[in-house]
Amino acid sequence: MQELSYSYRDRQVLADVSFALDAGEVIGLVGPNGSGKTTLLRCLDRILDPEGDIRLDGRDLCSMNRPEISRTIAYVPQNGGTSGSATVFETVLMGRRPHLRWSVTEEDERKVSEALSLLGIGGFASRRVDRLSGGERQRVLIARAIAQDARILLLDEPTSALDVRSQIEVMALLSRLAEERRLAVVAAIHDLNLAARYCHLLLILKDGRVLGRGTPPSLLTGRMVRAAYGIEASVKDEMGVPYVVPLRPSNNDNLVEIE
Amino acid sequence: MMTDFGREEYARLTEKRALFITALILILVALVGIAVTLGSADLPVADAYLAIFAGLFPGAVDLPERMIESNAVGIVWGWRLHRVLFAIAAGFGLAIAGTVMQGVLRNPLASPFTLGIASAASCGASVAIVLGAGILSGGYLVVGNAFLFAMLAAGAIYGMARLRGMGSETMILAGVALMYLFSAVTSLLQYVGSAEQLQAVVFWMFGSLDKSSWPKLGIVTAVVAAVVPLLLWRAWDLNALAEGDEVAKSLGVPVERSMAGFMLAASLVTAVIICFTGTIGFIGLVAPHITRMAIGADHRTLLPASGLVGAALLLGADCLARTVIPGTIVPVGIMTAFLGIPFFLYLFMRRRDA
Repeated sequence: MQELSYSYRDRQVLADVSFALDAGEVIGLVGPNGSGKTTLLRCLDRILDPEGDIRLDGRDLCSMNRPEISRTIAYVPQNGGTSGSATVFETVLMGRRPHLRWSVTEEDERKVSEALSLLGIGGFASRRVDRLSGGERQRVLIARAIAQDARILLLDEPTSALDVRSQIEVMALLSRLAEERRLAVVAAIHDLNLAARYCHLLLILKDGRVLGRGTPPSLLTGRMVRAAYGIEASVKDEMGVPYVVPLRPSNNDNLVEIE
Repeated sequence: MMTDFGREEYARLTEKRALFITALILILVALVGIAVTLGSADLPVADAYLAIFAGLFPGAVDLPERMIESNAVGIVWGWRLHRVLFAIAAGFGLAIAGTVMQGVLRNPLASPFTLGIASAASCGASVAIVLGAGILSGGYLVVGNAFLFAMLAAGAIYGMARLRGMGSETMILAGVALMYLFSAVTSLLQYVGSAEQLQAVVFWMFGSLDKSSWPKLGIVTAVVAAVVPLLLWRAWDLNALAEGDEVAKSLGVPVERSMAGFMLAASLVTAVIICFTGTIGFIGLVAPHITRMAIGADHRTLLPASGLVGAALLLGADCLARTVIPGTIVPVGIMTAFLGIPFFLYLFMRRRDA
């Protein structure tokens, strides 16, 4: 992906964002609120039309039609995205829409069952989605994306509604799926430590620009956290994984520049 | 990891849906028989079916003497059957239009009425009745105006949504605004009109099947039969749209184009029905809800099933409207409200308890 830019009315939300994404990799998008994480994900799925170049195996994403994109890229929005009266099974079945014509095949049902089982929500397949807790609903959305059978998985804060145990379960699952099925996963994540532990690469966004990219240990330093979030933090090493402890807002965050 | 989570339940749900639709068809067939017996000439239910059959396949059945004497076939085919079938076609179409609008706009209150299409039709009819102005003349003056105004309202909603960005809220607000505007114009026309004109406008707005005829039935059926298969074919798009524009787009639905197409189709069906019947309320609002409560929200089955519920409701309401006060036909628009709303509230309250 090269020099991606997106403007909404007069405001530039993304400016010259470039990065490469490989199969089997989990990339974490981090950065403060309003830094452009969600916009970047929407651009990648072409829900928005950015300027710049997105290539998939060398092919321009703009040259692909909508059904083709939706068979290749699955997107899990941050919140909402379910309809009230559908059951869990039916909601996950929606992920099969890019593949099915009209009737639901044996294979579609199998993929849905499998996704439900992967997310540990097979037990309430016939419950209505609007009767679920926030965390259960978030799992349903992820299951739908998995049932979509796409090679690229885009997730907008997939763990925001989950408790601690579910957070690590879901992140471990994403990382395992990336490896086993050779998926490329991009997840916007607020929790730096969760991102550090489960992502192969991090991309830090601020004000629509890339502040830094690299592996978690190389990227998550006190200086970088200060530059991105304007806070003082101590960064510890937990068996090779950086662990960020936020301390206090910095006084001079405007003065800090990286590189 | 291989499991069958949810597949059995899903199969059961599919079965339940098929059963629901079958039951509705049987209810409708029974209702047709009952409805055809209603009228000044006495006709038992069995004779009613026989007369329908004899008209369909002339010479295939030996009619009993009493039916030949009473000209049962002539009465049924000449006077009664088109009204019954019109009720079915109109109820079917209105309910499907309501289902589509609720699905596309993701709003349980969306219907041809809350979106101003019905009040635009009333306004068009009023212009024809009070001012005598319209695009068609003679017997079709009122009908032509009602249709034109309804389509104009739909076009205006679409245009405004287009300018402001296609969103369900924009469409609903534009529709509600138009509803008030057209109602105001209708009120003004009623205010300046003569007593007879006022009566005619009010009667038109009650909604009634009294003016049904075979040609009108033909027009409504042709439009419904042309539009419904298209809607069914795109049923997955409706399912996806129910999950939100963003998700729908990400699942491969061309969101703006689909929304416009669905709204246009629903408006067309509504307009072509209410221009003949006047405003028949609540079918488009209630039938989708009843059906969704019964069999869930998959539009592949929701669309036909809620159409059948609408057909049964309208036909049932018409039967009651013709019998509840002997010698008087209560306008069916009033009857659908009396019948549909308590039933709807009952289901709604029961559901909340559960």
